[in-house]
Amino acid sequence: MSTQILMPALSPTMTEGKLAKWLKKEGDKIKSGDVIAEIETDKATMEMEAVDEGVLGKILIPEGTEKVSVNEPIAVLLEEGEKMGAAPPPKAAVPAPAPKAEAKPAAAPAPAPQAAPAPKAAAPAAAPAPAKAKGERIFISPLARRLAKDAGLDPADLTGSGPRGRIVRVDVERAIAGGVKRKPATAAGASGTVDIFGQPYKAQPNSGVRKTIAKRLTEAKSTIPHFYLSLDCQIDELLSLRKKLNERAEGEMKLSVNDFVIKAVALALRKVPQVNSSWTDDAVLLYENVDISVAVATPDGLITPIIRNADQKSVAQISTEMRDLASRAKAKKLKLDEFQGGGFSISNLGMFGIREFQAIINPPQSGIMAVGKGEERVVVKNGQMVVANVVTCTLSCDHRSVDGAVGAEFMQAFQRIMEDPLRMLL
Amino acid sequence: MAEQHTFDLIVLGSGPGGYTAAIRAAQLGMKTAIVERELLGGICLNWGCIPTKALLRTSEIYHLMQHAKDYGLKADNVAFDLDAVVKRSRGVASQLNGGIRHLMKKNKITVFEGHGKLAGKGRLSVTKDNKPVADLSAKHIILATGARARDLPGMEADGNLVWSYRHALVPKVFPKTLLVIGSGAIGIEFASFFQTLGSKVTVVEVMDRILPVEDAEVSAFAHKQFEKQGMVIKTKAGVKALKKNASDVTATIEQNGKTEEQTFERVISAVGIVGNVENIGLENTKIKVEKTHVVAGKYCETDEPGIYAIGDLTGPPWLAHKAGHEAVICVEKIAGLHPHPLNVLGIPGCTYCHPQIASVGLTEAAAKAKGHEVKVGRYPFIANGKAIALGDTNGFVKTVFDAKTGEMLGAHMIGPEVTEMIQGYTIAKTLETTEEDLMHTVFPHPTLSEMMHESVLDAYGKAINF
Ligand SMILES: Cc1cc2nc3c(=O)[nH]c(=O)nc-3n(C[C@H](O)[C@H](O)[C@H](O)COP(=O)(O)OP(=O)(O)OC[C@H]3O[C@@H](n4cnc5c(N)ncnc54)[C@H](O)[C@@H]3O)c2cc1C
Repeated sequence: MSTQILMPALSPTMTEGKLAKWLKKEGDKIKSGDVIAEIETDKATMEMEAVDEGVLGKILIPEGTEKVSVNEPIAVLLEEGEKMGAAPPPKAAVPAPAPKAEAKPAAAPAPAPQAAPAPKAAAPAAAPAPAKAKGERIFISPLARRLAKDAGLDPADLTGSGPRGRIVRVDVERAIAGGVKRKPATAAGASGTVDIFGQPYKAQPNSGVRKTIAKRLTEAKSTIPHFYLSLDCQIDELLSLRKKLNERAEGEMKLSVNDFVIKAVALALRKVPQVNSSWTDDAVLLYENVDISVAVATPDGLITPIIRNADQKSVAQISTEMRDLASRAKAKKLKLDEFQGGGFSISNLGMFGIREFQAIINPPQSGIMAVGKGEERVVVKNGQMVVANVVTCTLSCDHRSVDGAVGAEFMQAFQRIMEDPLRMLL
Repeated sequence: MAEQHTFDLIVLGSGPGGYTAAIRAAQLGMKTAIVERELLGGICLNWGCIPTKALLRTSEIYHLMQHAKDYGLKADNVAFDLDAVVKRSRGVASQLNGGIRHLMKKNKITVFEGHGKLAGKGRLSVTKDNKPVADLSAKHIILATGARARDLPGMEADGNLVWSYRHALVPKVFPKTLLVIGSGAIGIEFASFFQTLGSKVTVVEVMDRILPVEDAEVSAFAHKQFEKQGMVIKTKAGVKALKKNASDVTATIEQNGKTEEQTFERVISAVGIVGNVENIGLENTKIKVEKTHVVAGKYCETDEPGIYAIGDLTGPPWLAHKAGHEAVICVEKIAGLHPHPLNVLGIPGCTYCHPQIASVGLTEAAAKAKGHEVKVGRYPFIANGKAIALGDTNGFVKTVFDAKTGEMLGAHMIGPEVTEMIQGYTIAKTLETTEEDLMHTVFPHPTLSEMMHESVLDAYGKAINF
């Protein structure tokens, strides 16, 4: 019998995605576990694996198609020897046999306790059932029913991933995060609308990433007691060391000041481990590894890929890794475990000429370092005005886990390393 | 040369994780083998869950007999015969061990007796007394070698004066004074057993409260009850040294910066477990071990293709029902079915001391730490008719709900029979019921379970009988 392959939900927040690429052709034999297509979501490109075996009978959605809804049939799988035509693709509204499409992110990571929307363990596990036709009995857990009601969603529009297709909590959360009934595309970017005061505006619909940023940062700024510590680092020595190293690399690599900042932060965190931590009511969790989240701007918003064990890596290693992570972040090709987690963050706006700023903590971390532009400034040394290269760095701390003196001690350690950069090579 | 055999699936270790995996695999039509070097049934049946419960049943009855007068009964000169108590517990274990043997036979699972070790891709060798028994191969191998008691350096159990749980289950003498190091479920169950039978028990715990994984209110209540029974409890305290004398042990105990020496007839060390990761051939695989436990994914897969790990060998909670549940998930995934991964927050935990303790889900503090705004309900046993009739009114039922959604986040109980009752909340939680459904549920009268209803009502200010 033929079965439909459905668009998989690759994360709890995913409601639609782009069918980026077919890796199998019509007529290809498929084994369970074969990667058959690449699916692109607002966050990443992920591989879709086949669950069953058979022959790819017909591709229903051509590659390159955007906004394919989760659970939409994308192809038909035939049993070996079976002919297409003989098996007309069943309609999605028919109480279909449990759909056979299932996929998992390329490297299924253990849901990290932090960073962007962590996938619910139960989410993509069981094959989701198709949405119901109106009037049919809807199997939904009491909690899911209430959550849907509170969010103004009609359970009939939801797809269930629970036992026998029952709608459970994660399904509603997924729908809320993704906006189950997207306003028709005309609303997107449509101009010519006016607000109640008659001011014309253009609505720019919020992507999943945008909503996550909004939610997390509002929560961070309104629940974490932030305080800020700034100091200047004189980086003439660092710049000359960087120049020498880059010359020596003969074009093989180019270390940036930020690569040194990452290394200096990592070493300072080892010195003052209290800053590499998370607050919980029962305990402050002191992280054993130094994993640093580095903010990267992408057209869709901020994402924070992680340099893991940064304290144990050379500046050159950090540089290579950072370049790779940043370029894949921009191409939305990061795997979940490459941006979920981390114990401390760095945000650098120096390249925009920003002299200094204060960043919002990336929960559940306890600190974030905001790095400004390195520039020539007049400083006073031994009573003399001299010109030095200076960068202003500002630490935002969670006062619940990091006291002022501890934060200051960390900044001092950081400054010492920045100003005496040979320490980074020790 | 050892015999050669090929299977679809080999399971290493026959505890609740291993034997469950083997049976489920056989049900699904796989040709299955299980390898065990000691007793079928693992720690749980032979040295854990079951024999401890048999001992605790003895102490429970003993306690009731001592209070016979309260019930209008006469039972003078109540006493116990330690050898007979232990013999009963061993009998219970061996009855169940025989049951597992029968289940293996019934499901046509081949049992290999001996020590198993991975021996290259898809291969496992079995030896007994260092002599080869069999060379097995299979596409899938599940490791379920469990765990053993952790030893504190310099305070290792010797089976004579210092006991691990294995020794404490088969005592030859009844210690008049006993030191229990560690107040997790295992430490507290032994402390309760010996205390009830008349030992003077001292419990030392490094954390700031006993049973540290339970809700803080439950820990505090248990602490008070145990002290009333005569137990001495030292929290934020550590045993720095044990000096073995001829027939007793002098312990150096540090608390609040002060150290004191105290002598006990016996010591039970119950400071946690370590995974059995040694000598099973992990070296030549990609399998990761963290803090003596194998790292496995949500379908119990390890980093080595074709090899899986379940139960105590992997991460917490270290409970028999967690092992058995993982076994089913792992095997069904191997068979190409679509099992749901385990939701750790839906795994109940029980401690069978007197009073009993049972819980599922988040503690109040953990719920708040996760950012939930909570509604908390409490209901005391003293306000429950059945509890008064039973003559056992110490305890309470606490429930924690998300204030916004009504989701039941956690339930925490201490008192008579709570270990049997927690399952009601566990089902509720698994089915994602809200407070409303629990309020609509009719609980039979008179039962202790009515408190489960009242606690939910109390969270919403509607408790009737209190
Ligand atoms: C005193 C005590 C009380 C407990 N009470 C409870 C309780 O009330 N409730 C509860 O849920 N849990 C309880 N536990 C925990 C419970 O016993 C464990 O969680 C459970 O046994 C884990 O099951 P498992 O299958 O992972 O491993 P185990 O039961 O430890 O079984 C592992 C088996 O593998 C065998 N093995 C190991 N290595 C090899 C090898 N290389 N070759 C062949 N065989 C090997 C071992 O001999 C053993 O039989 C208790 C534990 C203790 C110690």
